[in-house]
Amino acid sequence: MEEHNINLTLKIWRQASATAKGNFEEFKVSVSPHASILEMFDEINNNLEKEGKDPIVFESDCREGICGTCGLVVNGHPHGSKKHTATCQIHMRSFKADETIYVEPFRAAAFPVLKDLMVDRTGLDIVQQAGGYVSVNAGSAPDANAIPIAKEIASLALDAAECIGCGACVAACKNSSAMLFVSAKVSQFALLPQGQAERYERVQNMVIAHDESGFGSCTNTYACEAECPKGISISNIARMNRDYFVSNMKLQE
Amino acid sequence: MGWLSKSLNSSIGKKIVMAVTGLSLILFLTVHFINNMFLFFGKEVFDTLVGSLDAVKPIVRVAEVVLLLLFGFHIFNGIRLWWENRKANPDKYYIDASKENSTFFSRTMPYTGGILLVFLIGHLATVWVKFNFGMEGTHHYYDAVAEIFQFLPTTIFYVIVMIVLGFHINHGFQSAFQTFGWYHKKYTPLVEFIGTAYAVVLAVGFSAIPIYFFIRSMGGN
Repeated sequence: MEEHNINLTLKIWRQASATAKGNFEEFKVSVSPHASILEMFDEINNNLEKEGKDPIVFESDCREGICGTCGLVVNGHPHGSKKHTATCQIHMRSFKADETIYVEPFRAAAFPVLKDLMVDRTGLDIVQQAGGYVSVNAGSAPDANAIPIAKEIASLALDAAECIGCGACVAACKNSSAMLFVSAKVSQFALLPQGQAERYERVQNMVIAHDESGFGSCTNTYACEAECPKGISISNIARMNRDYFVSNMKLQE
Repeated sequence: MGWLSKSLNSSIGKKIVMAVTGLSLILFLTVHFINNMFLFFGKEVFDTLVGSLDAVKPIVRVAEVVLLLLFGFHIFNGIRLWWENRKANPDKYYIDASKENSTFFSRTMPYTGGILLVFLIGHLATVWVKFNFGMEGTHHYYDAVAEIFQFLPTTIFYVIVMIVLGFHINHGFQSAFQTFGWYHKKYTPLVEFIGTAYAVVLAVGFSAIPIYFFIRSMGGN
């Protein structure tokens, strides 16, 4: 069966450096409906390089929707409008022929644009590092079921651990708050017995690191949950708020 | 006490201040609302009720100081959050898809709050000052209210602001619960419903007063 390419107009954000002023550059493309948006970018870049022009800078790694490197804002939605998928899983068949598509980088003061569609997400790493360590018993491997964990709790912890740290929550938030990310990282340990020893220091340190990295405050709009490629629940934010409150009551300093 | 100011000035701490003061103000509004509803029971009932507060004036004054603090913290933190969050997100997207991922009410909290602040100042400067210092020993509170809502612009302004108040509370109520960490699959929808129902009751009930008095003034009696 013969497949027909679809014609699209792309408006892609170009910005030479962090300090340069950016603007949209228009591309008219004819692309296979089976191509992913990143494959389409590869094609455009091949042509740009042939013409001796600067290729579009964007990030990607696994291209399987697992790693969260490929954060783009497509028509105003971080990772596109399709629920619970990353940018690399957007296929061109999901667009209508002759549609105009706007592709922008994640926008937040804490995510400065490095070039074109690539932003610096170091802030998330700083928050993650502030979380510190988890105490584990050394010695020979413990018995598999030595620490009983209820199925429901294990599932909640794993749901939180699904966070890939892509920063879509920050990009979606009108305040550029990373609270969904922080709460997922707090919850994945706070729910499990292994995470109890450092539970309250952890939430303190991560919230402080979050605020110091230039992210805004959460005002409960829940845009983060709606745009998260992994469907991280705002119930994690509620858990983090609880833990943060308790940590202030509990800790000696 | 360093830990207290540090934690209250963190991003979660500011939310907690907003939630505690916000819920307290909702409690105050409930009292205010019940009081106001006595306007519909006629001149005598309302004037006697408000007049009876003279007997407990010291308690009223203390309550007013508490209210002033609640409003003060709520407004100060609200403005601070608005300012800081604008700084954290200076560049907006060319395509704004926010209406597809969040509610209108949640996105407009700083603006509905700003309108309410303007209203609050005006309301205190007119009604509160009149009731407390402008009655010259008489107890004609009902007539004072009736006088205010003879004017169409005032009436319209009050009705619009009460709708805005409903918008603000619709988000604020459930948001406070989330801030305290009281999120639950079973109960959160109920909390959201109560918040919306409460916002509608307040907006409709409070708006009914200016509308009632304006229509009454048109009838000449």
